[in-house]
Amino acid sequence: MRDLLNKRAGARAATLISLPLLWLVVLYIGSLFALFITSIWQIDTFTSKIVREFTLQNFIDVFTDRAYFNVTIRTLFVAICVTIICAVIAIPMAFFIARVAKEKSRPVLIALLITPLWASYLVKIYAWRTMFYPEKGFINWLISPIGLSSPGFGIFAVIIGLTYLWLPYMILPIYAGMEKLPTSILDASSDLGAKSARTFFSVILPITWPAIIAGSIFTFSLSMGDYITVQILGGTFQMLGNVVYQNFSLNLPFAAAVALIPVIIMMVYLSSIRKTGALDNL
Amino acid sequence: MRNHKVRSYAVVLAASTLLLAGCSSSSDDAADGAYAGPLKDTPGTINVLAWPGYAEDGTTDPNVDWVTPFEKETGCTVNVKTYGTSDEAVQLMQAGGYDVISASGDASLRLIYGGDLQPVNLDLIPNYADIFDNLKDRPWNTVDGKNYGVPHGRGANVLQYTLGKVKEPTSWSVVWEPNSPAKGKVTAYDSAIYIADAAVYLMSTKPELGIKDPYALDQTQFDAAMALLKQQKPLIAEYWADYTKYIGAVQSGSITVGTSWQVIANVLNGEKATVGATKPKEGATGWSDTWMISSKTEAIDCAYKWLNHIITPNVNAQAAEYFGEAPANSKACALTANKDHCKLYHAEETDYWSDVYYWKTPTEQCLDGRTDVKCLPYAEWVKAWSSFRNS
Repeated sequence: MRDLLNKRAGARAATLISLPLLWLVVLYIGSLFALFITSIWQIDTFTSKIVREFTLQNFIDVFTDRAYFNVTIRTLFVAICVTIICAVIAIPMAFFIARVAKEKSRPVLIALLITPLWASYLVKIYAWRTMFYPEKGFINWLISPIGLSSPGFGIFAVIIGLTYLWLPYMILPIYAGMEKLPTSILDASSDLGAKSARTFFSVILPITWPAIIAGSIFTFSLSMGDYITVQILGGTFQMLGNVVYQNFSLNLPFAAAVALIPVIIMMVYLSSIRKTGALDNL
Repeated sequence: MRNHKVRSYAVVLAASTLLLAGCSSSSDDAADGAYAGPLKDTPGTINVLAWPGYAEDGTTDPNVDWVTPFEKETGCTVNVKTYGTSDEAVQLMQAGGYDVISASGDASLRLIYGGDLQPVNLDLIPNYADIFDNLKDRPWNTVDGKNYGVPHGRGANVLQYTLGKVKEPTSWSVVWEPNSPAKGKVTAYDSAIYIADAAVYLMSTKPELGIKDPYALDQTQFDAAMALLKQQKPLIAEYWADYTKYIGAVQSGSITVGTSWQVIANVLNGEKATVGATKPKEGATGWSDTWMISSKTEAIDCAYKWLNHIITPNVNAQAAEYFGEAPANSKACALTANKDHCKLYHAEETDYWSDVYYWKTPTEQCLDGRTDVKCLPYAEWVKAWSSFRNS
């Protein structure tokens, strides 16, 4: 066995990657396939048990009921908003850490950035819930002196909550991208007379664009699939994840059909950004 | 060659059947398919699937504990998992891994017909004799003459209101009508079964619809109920299924009125009275719960002992009092800490229950006996609810 591995580089490589490959195929591709298969089955309408007979009814239900079209649009809207807000906050922060802050303090700043990831997701969202309470919440207390009142639970609270949760996933890739930026290019830009704003928009942004896109994959996909934050901060507002959650116990095939929507959206998104080179940046 | 192969398969099959039979001999079938007994003192572990407040082991409140005494007495270990809606319970039970369940009427039939529960031999449960007669052999716990469990208790889904914020309501109109004084602070139960609550309200506000049973709705009646729910939506702050989240929302003032369980009101009133709870004049939906045994349990003796333990007069009294419902055991009434408990929850009054519509699973064949129309089965309710919640 050892001789064989020593002699054959190909066999060695195959052994090395077989485990991760198995993981990838069985757990990722396999579960996606199971999801798809489930979506073309039906249920016994009384006991809710799965009947393994082919039907397209689940897809017909998903695509003909206006409610599910609307919820898809709302989910997309939230995911896009969260991604844009995260990018707007993350770009200056990443730039500051990578370029402005002293080299010695960078690791500390990065560590600070990821501290929110140390706490449980649920703890953070429940903290936001108490802050968003319409009357007794912190946000209401904060803005009531200027005549405003807390928006309460709903789409706004969901966007804020998700933005807070996923921000580190946007900052880290952008920081990595900006750190790689050669100083000579920035010097050249200022030598040629560009002000800092011009340098930022014409030099830094285009070069770090793939990094931003890489970050957006995280924030976008994580927002698309979330349902717990929506349950806790959403009030009566719902997203695609909630539809799946609501239906999986009684109509698993239908839930599977709904769950394929974000998969399709992510596939379209990933293939459309493949050309930007962002996938090399992951 | 081929024959040889087939024969060896047959041998393997026969052998494994024998093995399986050997394994399941502990739940040997009596004439009606139930466990014949007698109960053995084998220690075991039972996983209990229960409504919150039904199987308290001291983790919610150290003083509220009727699981530990059971464990000490029988040597059985009990793991409790609580659930928020019957739909969740059905899903968990079907997935397996639970030995006993406290099921409401809208879950029990689905589980019985799905083959997830086993008939119960009531001779092995001495306490069954003391159960109120009007809870015995009812359609949600007995099928084809076979009993599938022991009744635990019953109650109405009450209308809860925050004292000082909402004047004591006498009608459900406060949660349904657009001119509600609590607009924006109303809550509703986040499950398709809540459509029946709309039907209950329509029974008295729109008698022309002819609804007799809120779980037997034909298309016209169902559409009216859905229209009422749509009318209600702008009033809603949040739909609830998680009762701890509900409690937090009431404490913060973001919810002031809505359908609730007495146990929620009791927790909220733990330190000082903050909410009231009432059964409005239209009547209410409610539940009548039954402890049942999984068809796949491996700890059958412990499961039977649990069923007997949980309806012991003093345990049933504790559980009913903690949850805030009417106990099923007639002897429990004498043992409650508050001597008026049974009076408060109308345990012994037959009249009170006449306008409480216990949860049950809607079927295509109308449950109210009509044969000229088709009713919407629960799967359609779920579909409509999902679409409604996301519209």
